[in-house]
Amino acid sequence: MTPAFDKAAIDDIINQHKNLPGALLPILHDIQHTAGYVPAETVPAIATALSLSRAEVHGVISFYHHFHSEPMGKHTVQICRAEACQAVGARELEQHATSKLATQLGNTTADGAVSLEPVYCLGNCACGPSVQIGDEVHARVTPERFDTLISALEAK
Amino acid sequence: MITVYVPRDTTACALGADAVAEAISAEAAKRNIELNLVRNGSRGLFWLETLVEVTTDKGRMAFGPVNATDVSTLFDAGFLEGEDGDLALGLTEDIPYLKNQQRVNFVRAGITDPLSVDDYKAHGGYAGLTRALAMQPQAIVDEVKESGLRGRGGAAFPAGIKWQTVHDTPPQQKYIVCNADEGDSGTFADRLLMEADPLQLIEGMTIAGLAVGATQGYIYLRSEYPKAHDVLKTALANAYAAGYLGDNIAGSGKHFDLEVRLGAGAYICGEETSLLDSLEGKRGMVRSKPPLPAIVGLFGQPTVINNVLTLASVSSIFEKGAAHYKDLGVGRSTGTLPMQLAGNIKRGGIVELAFGSSLRSLLEDFGGGTLSGKAIKAVQVGGPLGAYLPESALDISLDYESFAAAKAMLGHGGVVVFDDSADMLEQARFAMEFCVVESCGKCTPCRVGSTRGVEVIDKIREGKQLDDNLILLEDLCETMEYGSLCAMGGLTPFPVRSAIKHFPEDFGG
Repeated sequence: MTPAFDKAAIDDIINQHKNLPGALLPILHDIQHTAGYVPAETVPAIATALSLSRAEVHGVISFYHHFHSEPMGKHTVQICRAEACQAVGARELEQHATSKLATQLGNTTADGAVSLEPVYCLGNCACGPSVQIGDEVHARVTPERFDTLISALEAK
Repeated sequence: MITVYVPRDTTACALGADAVAEAISAEAAKRNIELNLVRNGSRGLFWLETLVEVTTDKGRMAFGPVNATDVSTLFDAGFLEGEDGDLALGLTEDIPYLKNQQRVNFVRAGITDPLSVDDYKAHGGYAGLTRALAMQPQAIVDEVKESGLRGRGGAAFPAGIKWQTVHDTPPQQKYIVCNADEGDSGTFADRLLMEADPLQLIEGMTIAGLAVGATQGYIYLRSEYPKAHDVLKTALANAYAAGYLGDNIAGSGKHFDLEVRLGAGAYICGEETSLLDSLEGKRGMVRSKPPLPAIVGLFGQPTVINNVLTLASVSSIFEKGAAHYKDLGVGRSTGTLPMQLAGNIKRGGIVELAFGSSLRSLLEDFGGGTLSGKAIKAVQVGGPLGAYLPESALDISLDYESFAAAKAMLGHGGVVVFDDSADMLEQARFAMEFCVVESCGKCTPCRVGSTRGVEVIDKIREGKQLDDNLILLEDLCETMEYGSLCAMGGLTPFPVRSAIKHFPEDFGG
């Protein structure tokens, strides 16, 4: 079975950054940007290039919420759970979203379309509840508006 | 040619600014009108976003909140000539929310093109660096001390003292690190500054480099801010191209390089030692202090680590002088603090004021009360580790000392408003839950205490052995406060205890 990611592209990323001071996070960011996640198969090559143990690399990947070791859904939808958004209905929005998509925070829908992730603050605290889809933040997301945003994703 | 400004800020775009900009371009093309569309930063009046501005003979006229569907009506009503219409707000500078502020950090926000070095210089930018380049390093440090500038990240440590320590270490590779991991809910001042006026931060860091003899700087930016990342990268490239970064700053022969690095969604990396570990490519684990980062910091070298607003303030301190800065504020809280109005608030945004105004005036005169129109029940100041204040405590003065006396903290100036539908037991539980999610795991009081905290609060919610469990929760808070290695576990008891103290009715009391 061929891996779901481009090994040559990963090697390029590693070679490009490996001499930077503190290179590991920039490498992981670029790999996730390219492959959509950080495949476990890439860990040995990263470890060798940076003179780290595989355990150290794995430890870093698992420490940060941003990095994923498994493939994500086609779209990533992040719901802000923090206080400023709670004050304007984020708890209700979270409940609505999990029931609408029939999944839990941190999981992907059965059809692989949407990964629903928690996030703690997007810096849009004056106009919550906030939702981020890909790199786009959406403000004042009511349950109705959430449904509209999800319908727009399904059309893509 | 007429210039039209449409913000490129995260919140403005979250409210449709990109669509508004496209609609304005399309409508102008349709009507054969030539206009110069500038994507400025936001003025920080978020309840008016998308706030569109038009240059007229009288000054910049504001229109807002504008939706893409309003654009053709705006053209019909003659907004390019600044004519009144339903969305007209008059001269931007005369909007009371803006007019009544004392802007230092945000003096250029929303006015300039954030990417343009020329625009920055035309509005006072790089005057501070020019002055600093003619000064001896010790004189630069002295000026920062003289200004009374204190760290804006939350701990409020005098910046000049930190700089002096790094300055006094023997010559070797030193670093300037900017903590741009603004993870506190209810805060967005760093984000707004980086998106609206990034060169101010770049200039401040360059001055810091000259002061302590550091030739390399890093901006550690949280990954949740992709727009700020794009703006910073371009602004850095433009500063290099204009000769304000690199090995010959403004022709002086002095050297400072600056790079932006992304975090990866860990709240704890806002803690300075954990941030340094993260920059080194490790798990963001908190370090024991001493040694201080000023002596053993990034890659084991002497390091100045300051918040975005602290470093940005340095630019204006050097532009206008330490005395000018010191004259703002009260007592040992000198200068201004950009307060951020968030949560259930009618007019959310940035309100930059000299220290010493009252929280109530901020909430009422600027904020206009709650968004829902209901009564205010609680206000959390200073992020998720800040205390919940009841309505009766809102007359408190906005300065570091008054907040410390009230067992609260001003922190980074975030103000989150809750109306009377809030359940304070749920808020206390969330504080513990957040600590479970975000603890780095190094010390036991934080790692295990937070999990036990959630369990005990659940029992209190169910009414199980209420009195005993409230005592147990207090014990746990004490252990976390005194036993934790850093502010994460050490301050999580603040929101929990304040919720219990001020809102006993929500805890079965």
